[in-house]
Amino acid sequence: MTIPIVSGGPDHLEELRHDPIALMRRVRDECGDVGEFRIGGRRVVQLTGAEANEFFFRAPDEDLDQAEAYPFMTPIFGEGVVFDATPEQRREALHNQALKGSFLKGHAATIAAEVARMVADWGDEGEIDLLDWFAELTIYTSSACLIGRRIRDQLDRRFAELYHDLERGTDAIAYVDPYAPIESFRRRDEARAALVRLVQQIMDGRDPHPPRADRDLLDVLLSIREPDGTPRFSADQVTGMFISMMFAGHHTSSGTAAWTLIELLRNPDVLRDVTAELDGLYADGRDVSFQALRAIPRLEAAVKEALRLHPPLILVLRVAQRELEVLGHRIERGTMVGCSLAVSNRIPEDFPDPDAFRPERYAAPREEDLLHRWTWVPFGAGRHRCVGANFAMIQLKAIFSVLLRDWEFELAQPPGTYRNDHSKMVVQLARPCVVRYRRRR
Amino acid sequence: MRIEADLDLCQGHAMCELEAPDVFEVPRRGKVRVLDPEPGDERRDEVAAAVRYCPTRALRMEA
Repeated sequence: MTIPIVSGGPDHLEELRHDPIALMRRVRDECGDVGEFRIGGRRVVQLTGAEANEFFFRAPDEDLDQAEAYPFMTPIFGEGVVFDATPEQRREALHNQALKGSFLKGHAATIAAEVARMVADWGDEGEIDLLDWFAELTIYTSSACLIGRRIRDQLDRRFAELYHDLERGTDAIAYVDPYAPIESFRRRDEARAALVRLVQQIMDGRDPHPPRADRDLLDVLLSIREPDGTPRFSADQVTGMFISMMFAGHHTSSGTAAWTLIELLRNPDVLRDVTAELDGLYADGRDVSFQALRAIPRLEAAVKEALRLHPPLILVLRVAQRELEVLGHRIERGTMVGCSLAVSNRIPEDFPDPDAFRPERYAAPREEDLLHRWTWVPFGAGRHRCVGANFAMIQLKAIFSVLLRDWEFELAQPPGTYRNDHSKMVVQLARPCVVRYRRRR
Repeated sequence: MRIEADLDLCQGHAMCELEAPDVFEVPRRGKVRVLDPEPGDERRDEVAAAVRYCPTRALRMEA
């Protein structure tokens, strides 16, 4: 069977750059579970629905590979990092030590402390820009937990701003030319160069012979030498490693925290229940680091529902490494294959009232996230399901445990005006996105 | 209670071994081995945690 092509062509790159959700929905409406759109002349086969998604998420790297699917990441990470590596090297790297269960309690304590540090200068009331605030917070949490405490202590707002410019440098035009002469790519390259200078300063300030017990990742990288004694890793390469270690957990956690707060404020009944739940759990003065590792069912359901409605990644992509068949359709070698997380998450047959915020869908016996494991896919699914999912949930529980214990929030603009900016492949909250806070009495 | 492991999905992250070391074993660079596919009820909580925290949702627990 030929794969049907969605209307609006011959090419859909411009639409992908402006309203990707509308494009992906139309593909499903017009073509069903398997449909096609084109970006810069390249065919992209879009999959949605349980059966097609299961095919996508079960496929081994030898069938569907990530490497060529994300050309916009190479200028950000640098040559030889992540998507430049072989599938075997990536599989090995996936076993990130920092995400191991035994470290999670320490991470929860670190995150709670970072939130406390960020609210220290809040006074009794004021306003925050959700994009700025959560992006800065998650720079500190992800650097402290995933790279190391001493690196975190050398970062400030400026690092967060540069990092934001990197994330903004993910225009889908990269599918035609990752180095196209456009403003967001120019800023991306300037930001990366500035980050390399920052990392070089940090490297220059390091004791060449640190006491063994204090050594962190950077000390270890600096100690690795070529046979002739020169350092194995340049500041450029170290920066690429740091950027990549933080990338998957940064804009994703930041956006999810912001959307969880927005949805709680749009749904005062849910907010009241969640606040009461937290007040009950923490009434005995227990530590956030203890509770964030344990069940907080109402808060978790609210986070899951924010993730379903506003998944930080809306489309995940692979490239077919050989001829494949899905639901009777033939996919030729070299074709891009994408799974639309944003569209799958709102399939009405699986998620009744799909556009509404309904955290009760996660309570037993409904448990729609478990029941529909191939369509409830904010973290993806299968072989490449997000390895940081547990870390993310602990982080969000820690953040809201601290914020909702001490502060009340309200929307500072009409509820319908909070929305995402979809002009880049890395989705971020669009401005304005302001909320007001007041200290709880 | 019966445990099933989907080896297509397992990527060897070994979260299950951390939660229920008597039931699961994950060799370095390998996939999960279910040491005890039908553990007793006293292991129910830790097996449920292992199923829940599996990053790739490769484990299932029945009845």
